[in-house]
Amino acid sequence: MLEIKNLHARIEGEEVEILKGINLTINKGEKHAIMGPNGGGKSTLSKVIAGHPAYEVTDGEVLFNGENILEMDPEERARLGVFLAFQYPVEVPGVSNATFLRQAYNSIQKSKGGEELDPLEFDDYIREQLKVVEMDPAFLDRAVNTGFSGGEKKRNEILQMAVLQPLLSVLDETDSGLDIDALRIVADGINKLFTPEKAVLMITHYQRMLNYIEPDFVHVLVKGKIVKSGGKELALELEERGYDWILADVHTNGAVK
Amino acid sequence: MSDTQTIDKMVSQPYKYGFVTEIEYDEFPKGLNEDVVREIWKRRGEPEFMLEFRLKAYRNWLKMEEPMNWPNLDIKPIKYDEITYYSAPKIKKQLNSLDEVDPVLLETYEKLGIPLSEQKRLANVAVDAVFDSVSVATTFREKLKEAGVIFCSISEALKEYPELVQKYLGSVVPSNDNFFAALNSAVFSDGSFVFVPKGVKCPMELNTYFRINNEESGQFERTLIVAEEYASVSYLEGCTAPQFSTNLLHAAVVELVALDHADIKYSTVQNWYAGDEEGNGGIYNFVTKRGICKGDFAKISWTQVETGSAITWKYPSVILKGDNSIGEFYSVALTNKMQQADTGTKMIHLGKNTSSTIISKGISAGKSNNSYRGLVKIGPKATGSRNYSQCDSMLIGNNCGAHTFPYIQQQNSKSSIEHEATTSRVGEDQIFYLQQRGLSEEDAISMIINGFCKDVFAELPMEFAVEAQKLLGIKLEGSVG
Repeated sequence: MLEIKNLHARIEGEEVEILKGINLTINKGEKHAIMGPNGGGKSTLSKVIAGHPAYEVTDGEVLFNGENILEMDPEERARLGVFLAFQYPVEVPGVSNATFLRQAYNSIQKSKGGEELDPLEFDDYIREQLKVVEMDPAFLDRAVNTGFSGGEKKRNEILQMAVLQPLLSVLDETDSGLDIDALRIVADGINKLFTPEKAVLMITHYQRMLNYIEPDFVHVLVKGKIVKSGGKELALELEERGYDWILADVHTNGAVK
Repeated sequence: MSDTQTIDKMVSQPYKYGFVTEIEYDEFPKGLNEDVVREIWKRRGEPEFMLEFRLKAYRNWLKMEEPMNWPNLDIKPIKYDEITYYSAPKIKKQLNSLDEVDPVLLETYEKLGIPLSEQKRLANVAVDAVFDSVSVATTFREKLKEAGVIFCSISEALKEYPELVQKYLGSVVPSNDNFFAALNSAVFSDGSFVFVPKGVKCPMELNTYFRINNEESGQFERTLIVAEEYASVSYLEGCTAPQFSTNLLHAAVVELVALDHADIKYSTVQNWYAGDEEGNGGIYNFVTKRGICKGDFAKISWTQVETGSAITWKYPSVILKGDNSIGEFYSVALTNKMQQADTGTKMIHLGKNTSSTIISKGISAGKSNNSYRGLVKIGPKATGSRNYSQCDSMLIGNNCGAHTFPYIQQQNSKSSIEHEATTSRVGEDQIFYLQQRGLSEEDAISMIINGFCKDVFAELPMEFAVEAQKLLGIKLEGSVG
C-alpha cells in the first residue's frame, strides 16, 4: 500500500536534512509502529507523507498504491485514503465539529464519485461513528477542537478517522496526553476500524499503546534513518533497555542490521 | 504552493460587478460653489427650507478640513474641483409603475442579482434601487403603505412629507458634524426614506441597493430612517460599482431615529469596487452613519460586512439618550490587495442603564491595512450602564496589517466597560489540518474565515447571511497556500 524509497526531506528554506534516506514498505492488513528518541524525525515523516507545505522533499519517492503522491496537494492525498491523526490537533473557532466533519466527508465522497450526505443524513451516519470512540453527541455542536481537553482532541481525531474511513492511518503520538481509560477507548476505536484492506502506521514513544494495538512490525527511527526493524518484541526490548544500546551501535557501525 | 502565492491567487479573483451601464446623464459642470448648490436645489424641486439647509452646510464645509490626520489611512489628495456634484441618469419623472423604468436600468439590476420586476423579486423584501444617487424604483410600496410604513426615495419624501423630513433631517448628523457630512448635506442627491409609525412592525425587510455608474460624479446619498414608539424595522443596504481606474468619492450620510421602545436594525453589505493589485481605482468611502435612541428602551443595531472600497472611513454610531436603551455594532471588515479600512463605532451612553455591544472582526489579506477604531463614552448621568467590546483581527499572509484603536471615556463610576481583543493568523497548520481531511485550500480558508465571522453573520437577515458568506469566499478566493 505504502512504499517509501530513500526519502530525504528538510524544512523548506533550511540546509539540514531531517530525513536522510527512509525506506519503508507497508502492505495492506499490516500495523507498523515507529519508535525512537526525540528529534529523530518521526513527526516529520508523518507530515511529509501527508504533504505538509513546510517540508521540502530533496530526494526519494513515496508511492501510495503504486502512485507517487509527493507532487500531490494534501487534500488529494487525503482523498486517496491517506489520513494523519495529528499530534497536536488544530483548533478552528466558530466552526462546529458537525459542519467540519460533514464537509470533510462530502469532499472525499465527491472525489470518489460517492454519495454526499445532507445534514440530516449525515447526522444519522455520525451518530453511529460516535460510538466507536464513545463520544457524546454534544461534541458535534462544539467548535472544532476549541476548548477541548488534550484527551478530547485525540478522541476527536479518531472520530474523524471513523467518519472518513481512510486506507492508511498515520497516528502521530495519538497516545500522548491520554489517561489509561482514554487510551483504552482510543485504542479500541482504532482496532474496531481496522480491516484487512487497511493499514496503520503508529508513531509512539511508549510501549503501552502497543499493548492495545499489536503491531506486526516495529521500526526504530534515529537521526533521520530507520536503524532497526523487528517484530512486536522489539518494542518490549526498547521499553526495557531504552535507546542507548541502539544509539551506540549506530555510532560504531552506522546502522544496526 | 506557499501561503502567499495562494493569497495572491485568491486576490486576483475578478470583481464580478465591474461593468458600466450606457445611459445618458443630466449633469452640471465639475466643481462646487453656491450657485451649484442653488441649482441642485432648484433642479430637484425641493421645498424652501432645503435651500437654507444646503447653503448652511456648504458654508460650513468651506471652513472645515478633511479628517485626514487621525485615521490610519494613506489617501491620495481628493480634487474636489474635478468632481461633478449633480449627475442624474435621464429618466422619466413620476413613474407610475415599474413598466416605465428604463429597461436598461432594470437590466442592470437584474445583472446585479436584484430583480425588480414583479415576477422575479424576492418574496419578502422591498427594494429601493438607487442608481448614481437617484432612486429609480421602489418595490412593494402599496403593501407597505397598507401597514402604514413609508418607504420611498428621499426626493419623493421631500415632496410628499416635507414636515417629517424637516423634523428629522440633520437632527442626528448636523450639517457641520464633519467635513464629509457637511459636503453631503450641501449636495446630496438621493437616498432612502423610511418612516414606521407608532406601534407598527414593518412587515418585510427593506432593502436599498446602491449602484454607482458614472465615472466623473461624486456619490452623495442621504438616508433617513425614523421608527416611532414601539415601531420596528429591519433595513439592509447593498452597494456595487463599476471598475474604473480613477478613484470615486462616496460620501453618504445615514441617520436613524428610534423613539420609545422602537427597534431599528440596519445592515450593510458593502461591495464597492476595491481597486486593482497596485491600488489604482476603487471607491473612497467616507460615510457618516449615526443613530439616536431618543426614547427609553429604544434599540439600534448596526451590522456591517465591508468588503469593497479602496478606502473605508466609517464609524456607525449610536447615541444612547433614552434610559435603558441598547446599541449594537457587529462588523466584519475584510481588506485585500491594497485596500485600507479605518472603521469602527462610537457608543455614546447618556441615559441610565444603557447598554452597548461591539463585536468587530477584521480580516486582512494581501498588502492591505485594516484598523478598528472605536469610542465608548459613558456620560456622568449614565448610571448603571455597560459596554462589552470584542475586537478580533485575523491576518492572512505576511504583507498585511491589523490595528486596534479603542478609546474609552468613562465619566460615571457606577457603570462598566469591558474590552477584549485578539489577533490571530490563518496559519499554515490550520489550513493543512483541514486539507488533510479532504477540503480544498479555498474551502479550508473559507471555513476558517466563516467560523471567525460567525457571531456577526448570525446578526444578518438570513438571505443576506448566505450572501455575505459567499462574498467573503469570492473576495479571498485563491488567497492562501
